[in-house]
Amino acid sequence: MLSIVIPIAFALVAAAFALSCWRLLAGPSAPDRILALDTLYINAIALLVLLGIHRASTLYFEAALLIALTGFVSTVALGKFLLRGDIIE
Amino acid sequence: MVDVLLSLLILIGAGFTFLGSLGLARLPDFYTRLHGPTKATTLGVGSLLIASALYFSAHGPGLSLHEVLVTLFLFITAPVSAQMLAKVALHLNLHSVAPPTGDPPPVAHAGKAREQGPPDHPPMPVYPQSPE
Amino acid sequence: MRRLLPHPWLTLALALIWLLLANSTAPGQIVLGLALGWAIALFSRRFWPEPVRLHRPLALLRFISVALYDILTANLAVARLIIGRPERLRPAFVWVPLALTSDLAISLLASTICLTPGTVSARLTLDRQYLLVHALDVADADQLAAIIKARYETPLREIFEPC
Repeated sequence: MLSIVIPIAFALVAAAFALSCWRLLAGPSAPDRILALDTLYINAIALLVLLGIHRASTLYFEAALLIALTGFVSTVALGKFLLRGDIIE
Repeated sequence: MVDVLLSLLILIGAGFTFLGSLGLARLPDFYTRLHGPTKATTLGVGSLLIASALYFSAHGPGLSLHEVLVTLFLFITAPVSAQMLAKVALHLNLHSVAPPTGDPPPVAHAGKAREQGPPDHPPMPVYPQSPE
Repeated sequence: MRRLLPHPWLTLALALIWLLLANSTAPGQIVLGLALGWAIALFSRRFWPEPVRLHRPLALLRFISVALYDILTANLAVARLIIGRPERLRPAFVWVPLALTSDLAISLLASTICLTPGTVSARLTLDRQYLLVHALDVADADQLAAIIKARYETPLREIFEPC
């Protein structure tokens, strides 16, 4: 059962990556690109979690956690930069 | 039995992840695009993580709950980044397909006085305006 | 008591997060988690000027379950809208008047709005009287504001702000 479902899930997440990348390249505005980057981070978490289930390894969890942390911080930093022209006041 | 539940969760998770990105790709303006990633993707990754917790609890040495941590983190941070980006978009006055709103209606009850913090950015036209 | 343990809820939450991170419930980890939670809450108390006071913890549980249920149904609705025809969307900006006053309650309300029924909160006026909400597909703006007020704001008000 799982051996059928996991490739389908991989394909769906890969398609999600492709769509987000398209939005990242197409824009048209800066917030659109930031949003696309944020979505890419979350897609990467999904991919790592799937890989963890696929390989039956818990090693990928820490990487997913770190991506979640850095992704959030960088989204907020980019947003703040656009909002005020400065990140740390 | 566990496998069926697991497969279902993985499919739902991957499906919502895909739908979130689909929304990002095909909705008409920034404000509507914001909805896809904040809701669908968050729920999708959340259910993938729950599937992972279930998998390692069923196949591993003991209960494995640390995936809940990532889920929790995503559910806390997704609204914050969404709000941040919405604020940025209003600040930059991005085009919106929604009809423009004016200022908020006048304050109905004045009894709720509250000290105002410093303005968080200089006054700017912050409400989306219709295309010129 | 107040000075030694400024934020009991924060300490508890940090200890729980530590246990989740360590992925174990060994007694040593529990003690370490509580110690970390206590120390972090103590050293970062300047960042939390108002202590959090839960007036009705059970109402908080009910609020969380309502919000989780709404997240599920809202996601199905948003999924349907994404798959459907984009031209038929009726996006709108809605001002929601706020009755909440505390920062924590307002930010919780804004976050809940972001995760639920096809809405993203976008802006808070400086005097904290109104929240600007963007909705993906809205038939009646006043009704949306009324639903948000009844479903999320009233319970939050009961939990965090005694009247």
